[in-house]
Amino acid sequence: MSLISRGFGRREQRRDERLPPGQYDAGDLFPVLSAGPTPRTSLSEWDLTLQGEVDGLRRWTWEEFRDLPREAVSVDIHCVTKWSKFDTRWEGVAVDTLLAGVRTEASYVVAFCDGGYTTNLPLADVTDGRAWVVDTYDGQPLAPEHGGPVRLLVPHLYFWKSAKWLRGFALSRFDEPGFWETFGYHERGDPWLEQRYSGD
Amino acid sequence: MARAAVQRRLTWLRATVLENRPETARVHRLLLDVPGWPGHLPGQHVDLRLTAEDGYTAQRSYSVASAPEDPRLHLLVERAEGGEVSPYLTDELRPGDQLELRGPIGGYFVWSSAVDRGGGRPEGRRPVQLVAGGVGVAPFLAMLDHHRRTGGATAVRLLYSARTLQDVLARDVLGSWTTITLTRGAPADWRGLTGRIDRRVLEAQTFAPTTRPRVFACGPTSFVETVATTLVDLGHDPSSIRLERFGGSGDRS
Ligand SMILES: Cc1cc2nc3c(=O)[nH]c(=O)nc-3n(C[C@H](O)[C@H](O)[C@H](O)COP(=O)(O)OP(=O)(O)OC[C@H]3O[C@@H](n4cnc5c(N)ncnc54)[C@H](O)[C@@H]3O)c2cc1C
Repeated sequence: MSLISRGFGRREQRRDERLPPGQYDAGDLFPVLSAGPTPRTSLSEWDLTLQGEVDGLRRWTWEEFRDLPREAVSVDIHCVTKWSKFDTRWEGVAVDTLLAGVRTEASYVVAFCDGGYTTNLPLADVTDGRAWVVDTYDGQPLAPEHGGPVRLLVPHLYFWKSAKWLRGFALSRFDEPGFWETFGYHERGDPWLEQRYSGD
Repeated sequence: MARAAVQRRLTWLRATVLENRPETARVHRLLLDVPGWPGHLPGQHVDLRLTAEDGYTAQRSYSVASAPEDPRLHLLVERAEGGEVSPYLTDELRPGDQLELRGPIGGYFVWSSAVDRGGGRPEGRRPVQLVAGGVGVAPFLAMLDHHRRTGGATAVRLLYSARTLQDVLARDVLGSWTTITLTRGAPADWRGLTGRIDRRVLEAQTFAPTTRPRVFACGPTSFVETVATTLVDLGHDPSSIRLERFGGSGDRS
């Protein structure tokens, strides 16, 4: 039984059914969250790799990445710090496209990034058209503070799983907690089940 | 260190408001009694949950502004005009009211004197540089008060940007570690700094990169972004800089 807060009322009259429990609509705002400074990697040094439990390392330079088949997506995103944002528009490469032809026994991936950030995901959460490596937001190159040059986009999970400054995936048969996950955030982070913190 | 402390399941606790007092024109201090509070590390935050008569709920995060040694939990809440939760907390909440909260949350943006005790080697000890914008000083008050109470040997400095002298929070805790800069006007006899925190101020008023400080910056998103970028420009190791962003100005896409 939750406690009624005397005199507290909702601000919006109607609750948007696109909002998962405990979230609010950030409207035009696009809050920035990251635990450290924005890393700087020049595009000439940048690459994206698939490693770990794969039949040979895969690597794309920036030019090679830009030549891959691209998709445009418009999705709602949900941050564990309570804001949600509707109909955000991104472009990039489906994770399925990166994994095409890769033979693996893995069931999990760790996304790793410039600046040392990592996050873990079941492979099933980034395949079958559920995740992208994106390099534009709202028609513009992805700004560094929002994860540029590229970030992972996994809109059906809380946004910390959509790792900024992505540099690749390590595939594994085992699930290993990433950065926020070791600090007590939920292993999977489904906003509709309100899986914010470990044990939720 | 923090890992064991946060791997528990976080349950909703009932806090009782002991006091709700204006600390400045815009910021109130909430003093809470939280039975069952598991303890926290300086820098961690709580999630508050408000529930309306019709079952609607809203949650927001607030940093714990008190040291772990303080039996009561202090929060510093700035009234965001037009906001859904903060004006309720500052203007509606009265002593005796109950609130739901859970925590402590966040094991990264933390510092306690235990960090530097490891091995007891003085050369392993690193100075701590804190940089706050406005109510972003809240988690640092927990760190400073903890540092004072435990009498730690670590060198700690706080660079704190406030609008005016009247907006400076918790002067009793700030102490001689703190350098204040006032951004929107200072009294005629003000001897401290004025103006926003920029490269020049950071260079002159914070531990040099060569001393390998652990750096923490907290405040509005745009403030934190600017401070972090400038510190990296000055030569600080990016992996030694930890950030907490409260949101606010600069978030527009
Ligand atoms: C880890 C963390 C720690 C934090 N610690 C602190 C702390 O110690 N102290 C503190 O004061 N804050 C802290 N914050 C910020 C806090 O969580 C809230 O974001 C803040 O109090 C604003 O919440 P709100 O509900 O009042 O405003 P919201 O309703 O979230 O609105 C935010 C702003 O947007 C405007 N706005 C948005 N939508 C509307 C609308 N429909 N109508 C009108 N206006 C609108 C409001 O004017 C308001 O200024 C922290 C945040 C994080 C992430």
